Amino acid sequence: MFYREAGQFKTSYRADMAVFPILQDRIGLGVILFVAVVLVPLLGDDFFLNTIMIPFLIMALATIGLNILTGYAGQLSLGAGGFMGAGAYACYKLTTYFPDTNILILVLASGLVSAAIGIVFGLPSLRIKGFYLAVATLAAQFFLEWCFIRIPWLYNSNASGAIEVPGRTGFGVMLTGPSASPEARYFAVLGLVALLTWIASNLVHGRIGRSWMMIRDMDIAAELIGVRPLRAKLSAFAVSSFYLGVAGAMMVFFWLGAAEPSSFSINLSFLILFMTIIGGLGSLVGSFFGAAFIFILPVLIRAAPRTFGIDVAADAVQHLTYMIIGALIIVFLIVEPHGLARLWQVGKQKLRTWPFPY
Amino acid sequence: MDVLWAVLVQPFVDMVSAPDFLLQVLWDGFVGGVLYALIALGFVLIFKASGIFNFAQGIMVVFAALTLVGLYALGMPAWVALGLTLVVMFVLAVAVERLVLRPLVNQPDIILFMATIGLTYFLIGLGEFVFGGEPKVMITEALGLPTGMREWEVFGGVVFFQEIDIAAAAIAIVMVVGIGVFFHYTRIGRALRAVADDHQAALSVGISLEQIWVIVWFTAGVVALATGIMWGARSDVSFALQIIALKALPVLILGGFTSIPGAIVGGLIIGIGEKLGEIYWGPLIGGGIESWLAYVIALVFLLFRPQGLFGERIIERV
Amino acid sequence: MTAAVVPIRAAATDAAGPPLLALEGVTLSFGGVRAINDVSFDVRKGEIRAIIGPNGAGKTSMLNVINGFYHPQQGTITYKGTVRRRMRPYDAASQGIARTFQNVALFKGMTTLDNIMAGRTLKMKRGFLWQCLRYGPALSEEIENRRAVEEIIDFLEIEAIRKTPVGKLPYGLQKRVELARALAMDPELLLLDEPMAGMNLEEKEDMSRYILDVNRLWGTTIALIEHDMGVVMDLSDRVVVLDYGVKIADGAPEEVQKNQDVIDAYLGVPH
Repeated sequence: MFYREAGQFKTSYRADMAVFPILQDRIGLGVILFVAVVLVPLLGDDFFLNTIMIPFLIMALATIGLNILTGYAGQLSLGAGGFMGAGAYACYKLTTYFPDTNILILVLASGLVSAAIGIVFGLPSLRIKGFYLAVATLAAQFFLEWCFIRIPWLYNSNASGAIEVPGRTGFGVMLTGPSASPEARYFAVLGLVALLTWIASNLVHGRIGRSWMMIRDMDIAAELIGVRPLRAKLSAFAVSSFYLGVAGAMMVFFWLGAAEPSSFSINLSFLILFMTIIGGLGSLVGSFFGAAFIFILPVLIRAAPRTFGIDVAADAVQHLTYMIIGALIIVFLIVEPHGLARLWQVGKQKLRTWPFPY
Repeated sequence: MDVLWAVLVQPFVDMVSAPDFLLQVLWDGFVGGVLYALIALGFVLIFKASGIFNFAQGIMVVFAALTLVGLYALGMPAWVALGLTLVVMFVLAVAVERLVLRPLVNQPDIILFMATIGLTYFLIGLGEFVFGGEPKVMITEALGLPTGMREWEVFGGVVFFQEIDIAAAAIAIVMVVGIGVFFHYTRIGRALRAVADDHQAALSVGISLEQIWVIVWFTAGVVALATGIMWGARSDVSFALQIIALKALPVLILGGFTSIPGAIVGGLIIGIGEKLGEIYWGPLIGGGIESWLAYVIALVFLLFRPQGLFGERIIERV
Repeated sequence: MTAAVVPIRAAATDAAGPPLLALEGVTLSFGGVRAINDVSFDVRKGEIRAIIGPNGAGKTSMLNVINGFYHPQQGTITYKGTVRRRMRPYDAASQGIARTFQNVALFKGMTTLDNIMAGRTLKMKRGFLWQCLRYGPALSEEIENRRAVEEIIDFLEIEAIRKTPVGKLPYGLQKRVELARALAMDPELLLLDEPMAGMNLEEKEDMSRYILDVNRLWGTTIALIEHDMGVVMDLSDRVVVLDYGVKIADGAPEEVQKNQDVIDAYLGVPH
């Protein structure tokens, strides 16, 4: 009824090639941005910002990162957690060396470090594919984790072996450390995530994104059309690791406030992979859905017994959470293997033709 | 120069100068390799018959061992507990086939792979919920497995062999031979190979995929139980084993995803290789390199031989 | 169909010029198997050249050698006057060799439009940073190429399926999209691997028309593999016949048709 493109004629290729060609989508995006920028910080309390909004946005960014590699370029990776760690530790070192630089710049710069590492571990992808490549990324995961433990320089040789976020500013506002307000951190996260999502959307809609998808769908044909596999795959690894690195740095600096090597274990990699697949491979909006689903669900499950006034032991809830998530993942894959993004699309299609679907 | 010497020469000098210690390291690596090979064997069985990369094999090992220990703790005799554990693994196989595999038939590999990760999470939760998360001691003696230690004086030193390790190697050999015979000389074995080659063709000659899958998952469950007992006897029965099971991945890469002999040889190479690396080269860069060395070995190997140890050369076609 | 086709072919033959591509003594083997054994032939500028032969004769391998996917052990490839031992896929593509595949090799996850835009990859030069912004030069480059793509969409009459994911299209249309993708590369040499396999009569007629039009309107040189002898005889200017990796005949369709070796290869000879 209200979601319909009839009457919206495009008179130029530019209009037809826009990311959101339909007017209602553009309005929807505006509403979402309005909610995120104005309503959430106005109405949400600190708890809501700290435990839901900030981590959700960061996880969504990480999911976009993995989606670029696995969803768009078709290279299966089990090393997302390691690359997030690389970003976090790089940022930690950078804040040590450049204490007065704007923290946002340092976060982006640590993404570059992670990207460089990603390129190195992406090199084997030129010769190996599929599950075989998963081993290369596992090597990255375990090797990086090992570095976080064994190289004292990375955590400034402090006794605990963990990294503790110092207070740093950006644009004159305290953004990290214990004295930074949740609102300030929220806006920092929101700004970076929005910016990077916009760039990711630009990339996947252009030549580079197409070359990734070509490699994913039919690498031989792509090569014979003139895509250089080396460039396409390594650029996917680089961009993906950049996003993961930035997400990792943000996770430590704007959310957790401290981290140890086990924060970036293989479990984190799987978590991000779940978000990517449940959200939908090769979909940016799906990355947000996936992150919301996988991240917010356990929070709800944990809160559920309290709400209903049932007294369950904390570790039993933890175990049940595992079981429920495991079962839900399987159910989800059976019901909609293409993820939430596909459901979203089908829903939009239904709405478009409603109330006369035939 | 010193670095080159330390990396390229010194380790070998150490090896030759203390051959008894080298033998000990090789034996430890061999035993570790047998266990990797057993986990990889479970992977291969399922991959062969259904094309699924079963991530849950690791947790199946833990789950089987936990069930065995848990049932014994309820006060039943060891052999009853063992029998009941087998029943549990069979029920698990049927449940997996019914609830996971059948609805997901014809989905892309990565979806099935993700489903087995989902299964892993479920089994972790279930295992911890029922049996608790703390490590447990394997009931080695109650099962009648040897626990002593043998010494062998050689090269002017002493090499120690745990009897349980010898038993593990023996059981592994028996199991591999048993599975090999089963695959080659029985009607079901032939059906299994047919399914492994081509699902559709197998269906068209009247082989029941469902039945085959239950059999295969059950066999993998039995392998998992054996692995769990052996591993549990060496350390503890704990959920940490689940991560170690990921080491089966490089093993599979060396041996090929569908080759049982490959799983064995690959397991031994990885087991011995990472022990040697850890002992002789590890100290050079701070130790603990066991956590990633296996993957790097597999990776280097892949770069030179993408088809694996026993695979044929891949010719790409268009 | 035959009657309409003949004069067009004659015209094309007149336009045929010097060799665009020449293969000299090419030998390709996999392990111990010789797929191609000492084959030499050339493709002249502006002609339609057919490669025929029974199944397993090495035709597809031949195309793979030409666009650099396989590397022959012996022989040379001369393309546009440059002699080389082997082609590399990227070089072949950037120097104007485009192709279609026997089993449709489209990018299944992308729409028709994106598939054809993919063919323009080499025409787009804007670097990574501009791509990040998708504004200014990057966007106008995108629009420019979109215009070129729309012309091909027009030409092949696939406007209606522009935004359909190619996985959902029927086989005949997929083949047409694949041709469109190859055309989007503005090729000088177009390699077609069984462009009409599995098509019904009507689709074959359409495809033949498109091939002729491409050759006549844009002067594109075409080398094609085809099993339908009627089509081969009608379309091509010259035919080369392979059997078990060896060249057994080369010449105008009429000559090849009468060649005893060719007849033997197709019908078999009593030993």
